[in-house]
Amino acid sequence: MSASVLSRSALLAAASTRSSIPSAVRGLASVATSQAPPPTPESKAPRVKKFQVYRWNPDHPEKKPYMQEYELDLNQTGPMVLDALIRMKNEVDPTLTFRRSCREGICGSCAMNIGGINTLACLCRIDTDTSKATKIYPLPHTYVVKDLVPDLTHFYKQYKSIKPYLQRKDPPPGREILQSIADRKKLDGLYECILCACCSTSCPSYWWNSSEYLGPAVLMQSYRWIADSRDQFKEERKAALDNEMSLYRCHTIMNCARTCPKGLNPGLAIAKIKKELSLGHS
Amino acid sequence: MSLSRTAFRAASQLSHRQPAAASFLLPRLQTRSAASTTPTTAAEAHSLLVSQRQKRPIAPHLSIYQPQLTWYMSSANRITGVLLSGTVYLFGISYAVAPWLGLHLESATIAAAVAALPVAVKLAIKATFATPFAFHCFNGVRHLIWDTAKELTIKGVYRTGYVVLASSAFAVTYLTFFA
Repeated sequence: MSASVLSRSALLAAASTRSSIPSAVRGLASVATSQAPPPTPESKAPRVKKFQVYRWNPDHPEKKPYMQEYELDLNQTGPMVLDALIRMKNEVDPTLTFRRSCREGICGSCAMNIGGINTLACLCRIDTDTSKATKIYPLPHTYVVKDLVPDLTHFYKQYKSIKPYLQRKDPPPGREILQSIADRKKLDGLYECILCACCSTSCPSYWWNSSEYLGPAVLMQSYRWIADSRDQFKEERKAALDNEMSLYRCHTIMNCARTCPKGLNPGLAIAKIKKELSLGHS
Repeated sequence: MSLSRTAFRAASQLSHRQPAAASFLLPRLQTRSAASTTPTTAAEAHSLLVSQRQKRPIAPHLSIYQPQLTWYMSSANRITGVLLSGTVYLFGISYAVAPWLGLHLESATIAAAVAALPVAVKLAIKATFATPFAFHCFNGVRHLIWDTAKELTIKGVYRTGYVVLASSAFAVTYLTFFA
């Protein structure tokens, strides 16, 4: 009995060893070091890159925010800034705090200010110029929860306020509501937004007026429903924006389109809302 | 790494069938230390959140954001607008109250005062007035084009931006030296 159990466990062990190899390699943000022999000094001189990261700890609020410097060998690090951050956290300083999830630019968690511009750490290549340090800050003019983690509660509340869902006056037809190819095309460049808040937090108007101004991300989503041929609450949606603060704090600065990591254009969407409000069509 | 992982799998599989045989493997399950947590009530958690929110710093913004044509030209537009309208208001009010204060702001007096200045000072004054005026005018036209939802791509913003800067330079040169 015990012999058969042992042989069974050996079998299981063998099977799971095979499956565990790829997962171990896949999960590393750094180039695999433990399995592979260390690179010879002749072939690869270390490329030491400095990163300066914004730090603030809510457990010690009396200590002012400061920049902490980390050094990583780029030969041992993946290509993206998120790889560097994960390596800093895994191998240098486990107290470093940031959000990340998908590592492929679809979740929007790792939005932060890298080298002065808002972007997703997972889509931003590390600047390989090792003579200059890369500075990493949280999204500008947000309340900092800890280190690189911003408080986006207000941003999400503003998104909720524009009712980001299809609204109909007709009773539900009992099947999908069709729209023409041309009408569907109007939603391209709007629906792809992942709400990472890069654009809103790059906007100086939003910095100074975020309590009342909705900001580029939320306004573009508002236009996404105004432009949808299936939505029947366009007039109500437009009326909700037709005041001094919600929409018209946009002064066409265009930092939003300049910074969007998905290549979208919130500034253009806002201009179309303004045009619809004044002319009745865009 | 992979060894402890296989041991974990083997132990967990075994523990279903043979608790006694697997017991020597079980301590391996404890190798990962769990994070220490303290239970809190909802009210305690809320008061902790409130106290943290009161102390949260605001992330740096204007001082760390990358210099870009977009927001630099926008702030220049705002500053030149304030300067120009401020100058108009200031001069208008001064002109209105001048008789009571004994100031002489009539055109003839100003023309005579300027005529007495050296050429370099005249040019400097003209450039000082011409620069915000030319920039604000051309950038205003740029904004009017934008209001029709045209040229509102990154390419368009930069193209029109460089056109505004170049035309302003030409206009300032003309107004300073030839007007």
